[in-house]
Formats: sequence, C-alpha cells, structure tokens
Amino acid sequence: MAQHLDYLKETPSQTAGPYVHIGLAPGAAGFDIYKTELGKDIAGPNAAGERIRVEGVVTDGIGAPVKDVMLEVWQANASGIYAHPEHPGEVEDGFRGWGRVISDFNTGEWFFDTVKPGAVMGRSGRPMAPHINLWIVARGINIGLNTRIYFDDEAEANAADPVINLIEWESRRKTIIANRSEKDGKVVYRFDIRLQGENETVFFDI
Amino acid sequence: MTYKGEFYQRDREWHPPALTPDYKTSVARAPKHALLSLQNSASEITGPVFGHDDIDPMDRDLIHNYARPGEAAIGERIIVHGQVLDENRRPVPNTLVEAWQANAGGRYRHRKDTYLAPIDPNFGGCGRTLTDENGYYYFRTVKPGAYPWRNWVNNWRPAHIHISVFGTGFAQRLITQLYFEGDPLIPKCPILNAIPNPEAVQSLVAVLDMNATIPLDTMAWRFDIVLRGRRSTLFENRLEGN
Repeated sequence: MAQHLDYLKETPSQTAGPYVHIGLAPGAAGFDIYKTELGKDIAGPNAAGERIRVEGVVTDGIGAPVKDVMLEVWQANASGIYAHPEHPGEVEDGFRGWGRVISDFNTGEWFFDTVKPGAVMGRSGRPMAPHINLWIVARGINIGLNTRIYFDDEAEANAADPVINLIEWESRRKTIIANRSEKDGKVVYRFDIRLQGENETVFFDI
Repeated sequence: MTYKGEFYQRDREWHPPALTPDYKTSVARAPKHALLSLQNSASEITGPVFGHDDIDPMDRDLIHNYARPGEAAIGERIIVHGQVLDENRRPVPNTLVEAWQANAGGRYRHRKDTYLAPIDPNFGGCGRTLTDENGYYYFRTVKPGAYPWRNWVNNWRPAHIHISVFGTGFAQRLITQLYFEGDPLIPKCPILNAIPNPEAVQSLVAVLDMNATIPLDTMAWRFDIVLRGRRSTLFENRLEGN
C-alpha cells in the first residue's frame, strides 16, 4: 500500500434554493431582522472613479427570466485594487467592492450601482481589462456559476485581456461584455446572462 | 504583502454537476457548454473581508433573534456547531458563516412560501456569525421541519439548514445544506442525491454531539465545513508580475 495523503475534501455544494433571500437578503424575503444587511453598498461614498449602474436579467434555457436569482459581485476599485489584505495598495474608506444583487420577483430584472473598476494586474504581469466578478446562485443551480462582466467601451484592453482571449470561440466573447448607454444622465451597462442555449454566457471554473 | 499560492482545483466530480434531471429545476438552468477553466489571478484569490462591526452577536441565535422580548421560537432547541477548515486541515478564522432554514413546522418566512404549516411569529429563520481564531462557529436554533415540494408529486425535503461560507478568496465561495443524521428522507432526496459520490453526500450530514449538548436544555449537532485549500509558497507561482 502506498502512503496516504491527508487532505480533506471540500464540502460539496448544494443549491441555494428558492428562499436564499431569507438568509442572505431578508429584506427581499419580506422581513427585517438585522441592523445591517450586508452587500447593499458596493463602492461606498468615498470611492473615486465613474459611478455606473449595471443591469440585466438572467434567463434559462427556455428564454424565461430567472426570478429567484441572487448574484454576488466582487470588484476592484477604480485604481484596480481589491479591498483585501493580500492585494497591494489601498482602497478608499468604505469601499468593499462586494455586493449582493436580488432580482425583481415579478420580472427577473436586477441592477446594482457601483464605480467602474480599473484594470487589475493579472498573472505573469499581464494586466486584465476592467471587470467585475460575478457569482450566480438560484434554485436549480447545484453549484454557483462564476462569470465576469467586462465593458464594451474598453475595446483595446478587452482585446489584450488574458481571460477573454482564452475563450476559443470569438462569437462567445461578447457574452461577457456589457453594453454601455446613458439613461437620464446616468451611465448604465446592460449585462444579460443566459444560463443555457443560444448565446449561453461563458462561465468559468475558477 | 505578497500573494500566497492559488487554490487547489475544485473537484468537479465531488460536487453535484449542473444537470441533474431528477432535480427537475436544474434541467433548464444548467449550462450546456463546458466551464472555461481559469488559473487563479488576483480576482479569484481575493474576496470580501468581514468584521465584528458588520454583525451583532445576537445574530447567531435564531431562537431569539426574531422573537418578541421574553418569548422564543417554537421547536426542538438545538446548537449547530463546528469548525471551518481548508483542505490542508488549517482552520479558517474570522470568516462569515450565514444560515437560513424553515421553522419547526417546515415553513419558511418568505413571501413566496405558501405551505400550509403556520409561520412562527417568533422565528425569522436566518442567522450569521464569524468563525473565531480557531475557525469555530456555532448557531442556536430550532430543528427545521421536513416539507413537501413540487418535483415529483410526492417529494419531501429532509430537514436541512442552508449554509453560506466565504473563506478568504472569492474562489472559495460556497453555499451548501446541512442535514441531520438518521433522517429517513436523506436517501430519497433528489437535491442531495444530485451529488454522485455517496461519501460526499455523507459529508453533508451533521452528527448528534452529546458532549456539546446543554443538559436539560438544548441538543447539539456537529457540522464541520471544508473550504478549498491553497498551495503553499514553496514553489514560484507567478501570480503577480516580475
């Protein structure tokens, strides 16, 4: 018998279920319990950079909106710094870069307000184009789905981005690039997520 | 401060796959294309950090955190406790653990739950806590009831508590469900049995822990949680430049 490796196995994932809001966003479930719900303010009041809104809808393989989805957002600040002790650099006071996003229970539409992140230094000194990391959970999703939101006004940076360039099918790259517009003087990026089927969003195993 | 190494690759054969037809909702919500494997960068290795300012010590007591003064949630009083470790058996200190569940009758406090079991006016059904310096956490709650759900006509969820954990990097983010040793509904559950490996299924079953009970007061169940481990700094990983 060979020797035995003493690693533990990761706890297996289970679906967040239809009532994920009770635990992670009780206000959306219809009741108030905590002094502060976490994840409601991504950038805080002091963050530098362009204030943006990102909106979209998650659709299933039928094309129907997923109305019970929860998204978690993780992003760097406008200088490309993550609010984490292992990332060199400082972020603005009150900038966490993390948030929770709940869709409208009737339409499936969701949005969040933040600042546009800067480029982040990637592996082997190759910069990554500005992006927001997303984690998607819902009933029927057995293990959370990871993707990234890139920005269509960053064409040059996107063209050099080491992650976008890993996507073999160029036609699929656009599924992780949000489209910029202005509504009532506000910058809005549209980012629809398709779980399955035509134009299925690229999801990552990170 | 420089980066430590990457996280060990997630064992996708240990986790449930996306498409598990016996759990019907997964059929239209499972991506058909393969996931694109990414080596970790700063975006995956970092993640949100929480502190004691974010939560209240009472948040971990589901028996009382939504109860009227002097009252308590109805049901079998339990402690759920354990340690959050990584795959290298290292404790994960100071990490946020959140829990949510149905009440003792199997009813969720959610505007979308219409099951006929009554709402308990003294039970909200959610809690949160930070692990201590050794990775330990505990909740006080009532044992949730089983409840029926529309999958096959006659499906019942085993009693379970939903658990959410962060770790130190976004790549460790995990949501799972805790089940209770001895529940005869466990082998019948299509959501739990979406996990192909029987040993992995058993790792979600909490055990009765008589030593942690409070005699004449509260039963206790032990549930350890394992997050992805990280490479040591022994080898050059070149996560950053230079």
